[in-house]
Amino acid sequence: MSWLKQFFARRHLYKDLSEEIREHLDEKIEELVASGMSKREAAAVARREFGNVTLIEEDSREIWRWPSIESFFADVRYALRTLRQSAAFTVTAIVTLSLGIGANTAIFMLLDAVRLRSLPVQNPQELAEVRITDTGHQGMGINQEYGELTRPLWQRIRDQQHAFSGVFAWSVNQRYVGRGSEMRRFKGLWVTGDFFQVLGVRPFRGRLLMPDDEGACPVTRAVVSYSYWQSELGGRDLSPTIRLIVDNELVEIIGVTPPGFFGMVVGDHFDIALPFCQPKEELSRHIFDVSVMGRLRPGWTIQRATAEMDALSPGIFEATALLDRDAHTIETYKKFKLAAYPASTGVSALRDYDRSLMLLLGIAGLVLLIACANLANLMLARASTRQREMAVRLALGASRSRLLRQLLTESLLLAATGAALGILLAQSLSRVLVWSFSTEGTEINLQIVTDWRVLLFAAGVAGLTCIVFGIVPAFRATRTEPISAMKTGGRGTTGSHERFSLQRLLVVTQISVSLVLVIGSLLFVRSFRNLMTFDPGMHEDGITVAFLGFWQSDLPRDRWASFQKELLDEIRSVPGVLSAATTTNVPLSQGSWTHGVRVGSQEGNSKFTWVSPSYFETMGIPIVRGRSFTQDDTASSPRVAVVNETFVRRYLSGVEPIGLTLRTGQEPNYPSTVYEIVGVIPDTKYNDLRGQIPPMTFAPASQFPNQGPWSNVMIHSNLAPAAIAATAKRQIAGKHRDVITEFVDFQRQIRDGLVEERLMAMLSGFFGLLAVLLAMVGLYGVISYIVAMRRNEIGIRMALGASRGDVVGIIVRQTLVLLILGVGAGIVLALAAARGAGSLLFDLRPNDPFTFAVATGVLVSIALVASLVPARRAARVDPMVALRYE
Amino acid sequence: MKNREQRDLFPGALEMMILRTLRRQPLHGYALAQHIKRTSNDLLQIEEGSLYPALQRLLKDKLVNAEWGISSTNRRVRIYKLTPAGAKHLAHEVSRFEKMLEGITRVLALGES
Repeated sequence: MSWLKQFFARRHLYKDLSEEIREHLDEKIEELVASGMSKREAAAVARREFGNVTLIEEDSREIWRWPSIESFFADVRYALRTLRQSAAFTVTAIVTLSLGIGANTAIFMLLDAVRLRSLPVQNPQELAEVRITDTGHQGMGINQEYGELTRPLWQRIRDQQHAFSGVFAWSVNQRYVGRGSEMRRFKGLWVTGDFFQVLGVRPFRGRLLMPDDEGACPVTRAVVSYSYWQSELGGRDLSPTIRLIVDNELVEIIGVTPPGFFGMVVGDHFDIALPFCQPKEELSRHIFDVSVMGRLRPGWTIQRATAEMDALSPGIFEATALLDRDAHTIETYKKFKLAAYPASTGVSALRDYDRSLMLLLGIAGLVLLIACANLANLMLARASTRQREMAVRLALGASRSRLLRQLLTESLLLAATGAALGILLAQSLSRVLVWSFSTEGTEINLQIVTDWRVLLFAAGVAGLTCIVFGIVPAFRATRTEPISAMKTGGRGTTGSHERFSLQRLLVVTQISVSLVLVIGSLLFVRSFRNLMTFDPGMHEDGITVAFLGFWQSDLPRDRWASFQKELLDEIRSVPGVLSAATTTNVPLSQGSWTHGVRVGSQEGNSKFTWVSPSYFETMGIPIVRGRSFTQDDTASSPRVAVVNETFVRRYLSGVEPIGLTLRTGQEPNYPSTVYEIVGVIPDTKYNDLRGQIPPMTFAPASQFPNQGPWSNVMIHSNLAPAAIAATAKRQIAGKHRDVITEFVDFQRQIRDGLVEERLMAMLSGFFGLLAVLLAMVGLYGVISYIVAMRRNEIGIRMALGASRGDVVGIIVRQTLVLLILGVGAGIVLALAAARGAGSLLFDLRPNDPFTFAVATGVLVSIALVASLVPARRAARVDPMVALRYE
Repeated sequence: MKNREQRDLFPGALEMMILRTLRRQPLHGYALAQHIKRTSNDLLQIEEGSLYPALQRLLKDKLVNAEWGISSTNRRVRIYKLTPAGAKHLAHEVSRFEKMLEGITRVLALGES
């Protein structure tokens, strides 16, 4: 009999069985009566000798079943029925669970997208990246984002390696497309000729770049991403007439990449991909702008590839040794080692947020734990009302494991529904998360997908929650002695003490965990506030940053410096501008420029910035000693410098700095130079609000040895940055059509750098609130329950003369005990947990006593309010009613 | 809960006794129970009901088949009959059981020899 036929034949089988057993008993009774027994007695004897009819029928039926699936479905049906009957409980449980699981899943989805998912290319697991080991190339030259190696290094790796069946280099940078004031930024992806072939990316239109497209500069062919093709080229068919002016060169668009391909940077996307080209002069050995990746040959592992790279390293670094640097730096460079690293997930700047995301996942997990404790409490309360049902079923011969299975099915059903809704919720929650990471300047392009990892995670979380809130109450519910349960059922002066203590334990856990979360959120909120109100030592508001580029004008190189001055005067003439100055490095914007310095006998590093005379005035930075720069500091006058106080402390401790000199180390385009210190400024933050203040040196813009066709201008004004930007843009475009202008609100840019802190403050604050709310609901529930159970006792006490105040006192005292235990455990836990978060805090110690005190105070007062309501209800108990109920 | 030790038979013992009884003649459930009880001289206290799960197992494995009929006392009963497969199974089980019994007996007799 096939199992399908069996399934339909089964009903018939069961009917036969029941009838057969009935006949059996009848026959027995008949015989017993015939032997002289009374009918009643005979029936009793027959049943006794037969055994438990229901159980036997069930056992017999069991034989025809395939393992327990049917009983599972029966359980599900029964659970659905019970859950429908207590709709309020069910809705509460499902809403709580879906919120909790949804929040966890959303954060996990983000982690998955940023960290775990492979690149959308062929066999991503075969990809590996070649990098310099340990700290990489720091201090060796110019570093570009995601740049790990120089192009001369890449060429030698390409020519000497055997580990990869295909190897390529790539680099990303923002450049300009179009002409003059029409110019727009694009996100460029520079690649070697076989980039697309090695990755196995197929063209969506036309063809992609091939090795032949790599050649002498300038570049003549490029491909665009699908989204760029759609938005900028209107999705037009490609033809040789479709060209873009990229970086001043006419480039033909030969193909479009498929929609799913975003490049190598997770969370970002490229607009135009261009081949590297070979310039007339030798490639620079100190510009670290490329990342080198390859597809491992079959049989080659990361270890084997690393061994090969290690062996190749001495030759490669010797052959590309830095020029124009001091002997020590060159020696350090030559000792570098290359190694292979897995690259299946690409690269991403978003991975800097890993710690925050993990922490948020932990926080969301704790919130879910609190929610589970609430549910467990509800289940316990339900268990006590269902005690009789369980007792009856045990008495009828149901085994304990059978009842357990039944109760766990209910929990499982709740958890599964919660997980399903949670996954739905996570779809939008995760998008909100991505959105809150994005800023005006950096849009994040993350593909958030519900893949098997996300589903597995959600299922895992649901399973865990189910165990947490389901198992203990289920064990409780089924550990009933049928007799005693049926005898006392719902009566008695006090409840079983043991059950109470479990509920108390749950509430204590809730209080402690929510205290941890409240302390955490307060820490993050205060840290964020510290950052927002932090004084970096210079103006923040009223400052507009202008970026001016004039590489498309045909000015000769020796006119660049004077043209920069003209542009600065142009901006100064804009109505509303109080002052303006150029700088080679915009502060607090992550950019950094370092030179080695020698001061007397001391050697070290200093940040270097070349600024025009009114820079310190524009930025509101006072000169504490000496003087600022003037128009008399020219290209031909003696080299002068202004240093900050950290510089003085580090290199000139106790010596009068004015008049002393410092010497920079030699670097390409930056010959070793002696500067005379003419002024000192107080410490101001350099490129990041959070970092330590480094030694800083400022020199006059007129003495900048490497002026390019561009300029940064800091503008101080009492008008809104947007208004200044609009006027300045118009004015410059009117006079110099081929100058590109970009404006940024300085303060806005600084705040955009705080997204991580903002997100932590927002989310941890939200979760903290949620935690308090949930814990209070839990506390309220338990106190109410205790009050209900002690109704009789309270009635007796009042009958014996206790006042209402006494009764409230009894209940509040109980709350206090729970609170003290919970708060104590919470503070210990928070101290331990905060240490891990210490590095994420700004200007705040993780064990900040004020934060701890405020959080505890808030929690305790809310908790007391939550318990006062049921306490007052207890005080209104009418002794007569309570006793009569008995 | 009385006589728990006496009732515990080894797995398959009840099935073997059922098959052996049915080899003699087809019987219905009640008669089968009475017959096993009588012939065992009440030494084996078998809960009458426990016969039914055993019978279902035999039915499922097609060692017996069942048909509704009328008993000698004019009662609608389900009569179980041994199938050829059942007969074969019984022979096999009995020989296995005898070997086992012999083994146990030898071990138990060890002390006295």
